[in-house]
Amino acid sequence: MIATVTELREIAARVTDPEIPVLTIADLGILRNVELEDDTVVVTITPTYSGCPAMDAITEDLGTVFKASGFGKVRVNLVLSPAWSTDWMSDSGKAKLEAYGIAPPTGTGHRGPVTLGLGVKCPQCHSLNTKELSRFGSTSCKSMYQCKDCLEPFDYFKVLS
Amino acid sequence: MSTHDIDHSLDSFGDSTASATRVTPGNALRPEDIAIAQAKPSEQVAEYALRLGDDALILAQRLSHWISRGPEIEEDIALGNIALDQLGHARSFLSYAAKVWDKTEDDLAYWREEEDFRSLHIVEQPNGDFGVTIARQLIISIYQHLLYTALLESSDPTIAAISAKAVKEVDYHRDHAIAWTLRLGLGTEESARRMRHALDVLWPYVGEMFEDEELHATLGDVAVAPSTLRAAWDQEFSAVLADAELALPTIPFAMARGRRGEHSEHLGFILAEMQVLARKHPGASW
Repeated sequence: MIATVTELREIAARVTDPEIPVLTIADLGILRNVELEDDTVVVTITPTYSGCPAMDAITEDLGTVFKASGFGKVRVNLVLSPAWSTDWMSDSGKAKLEAYGIAPPTGTGHRGPVTLGLGVKCPQCHSLNTKELSRFGSTSCKSMYQCKDCLEPFDYFKVLS
Repeated sequence: MSTHDIDHSLDSFGDSTASATRVTPGNALRPEDIAIAQAKPSEQVAEYALRLGDDALILAQRLSHWISRGPEIEEDIALGNIALDQLGHARSFLSYAAKVWDKTEDDLAYWREEEDFRSLHIVEQPNGDFGVTIARQLIISIYQHLLYTALLESSDPTIAAISAKAVKEVDYHRDHAIAWTLRLGLGTEESARRMRHALDVLWPYVGEMFEDEELHATLGDVAVAPSTLRAAWDQEFSAVLADAELALPTIPFAMARGRRGEHSEHLGFILAEMQVLARKHPGASW
C-alpha cells in the first residue's frame, strides 16, 4: 500500500487522548513524526508527563488505527527530547478543550523568580472570576478550579513550560 | 533512540514474561525507548542514574501511602500526582541504568536487596503527620529542582533529557511544598508547632544530600557534584522558612550512607511491601 507522509500523518492524527477524548494526539502536540521505513509505519510520540499512563493506550491505539487502514507493520518510538510543553498544543486543540469544559492552558507558564498566576477563564460562563481549588487534578496535566460567578467547578489544563 | 514493535507487544499481552508494572502491552518507557544515545551507559553513568532513580522510586513509594489518607481530597490527589511524577522519573533513570547490566527497570525495582539500593536516607523517612511529609517535600523538591536544572547541562544526553522532563514537573512539586509550608507555618499555633517538629525530625538527613562521592569526580561533566548545590539550596530553603516564620533547625547532621547501601531500618519495610507481589508471583501481569 502506497501512502504519502501526509496521509500517514492524517491516520495517526485520528488517535485521541484516552483521558481527554476530544483531543487528538496531534492537537495535544505529542505526535512528533510519522514516516514510512520500507513497509513499516514509524510513529514518534513524546509523553506529556513522565509518569503519564496514557502513553500505553496511545501506543496501542496507533497500532489499531494503522491496521484498520491496511498497514500491518507499525512501530512507535517514544522520545523525551525536546521535552513537551503546553506550547505544543494547537490552537484548535485549545478551542476543543474549552468546548469540552476544560479550560485550556493560558500563557506560557512561569519561568521567572515569581510565580505569576494568569487569569483562568471559566469554560462554562467565560468569567475570569475563578479560583484555584487544587494545583493537582484528576490527571497529571490538569488542576482544579471553580468559577466564582456561575459556581461551576472545572478542570484547567495547566501550563507546563 | 530505538523502538519496539507493536505486534510483538500485543503478542506478549498476558504472557508471563510481560512486565508486572504494565497494564497494557504498549509500554511506557522501556530501556530502548529512552536511550537517545545509541550506546549503553558506562558502568559509572549507570551507577549515577541508579542514585537518581532510587531517590525518586523510594520517594514515590512513600508518597503513594497518602492516597486515601490525605487530610482533604485535593491533597490525596496532589500527593498521588507527585508520587506518579516521581515514579515516572524513577522508571526513566532505572531503565537507562539497567541497560548496562542487561536488565530492566523491574529487575532493579523488584529484585534488588536493601544493600543494593542507593537512595538517600531522607526519602525513606516515615511520612509522619502531614507536616512531616510537607517538610520532606520542601527539602527534596528544592533539592531536585536545583539538581535537575544543573543536569540540563549534563554531557550525557539521556540524563540531560530525563532531567529536562523532570524539572518541569518538580517545579510544581516545589510550588506545592512552599504553599503548604507557608500555610502551616503561618497558620495556627498547632500547625506551626507541627512544622517546627517536622523540620527537627528531618534536618539530620539533609547533610547526606550534599555529600560528594568519588563517582562524581570520575564522571566529570556527566554528573553534578552535590556539594555545589548547597549554597543555592540553603538560600532558597531559608527564604521559604523565613516567609513562613519558621526557624532553621540547629540540630547536627546524622551519619547517613545510603549511597553506599547502608540504610535505616525503614527501607527494608518499604521494599518488603513494594516487592512482595513481584516476588510472590514472578512474571505476573494483568
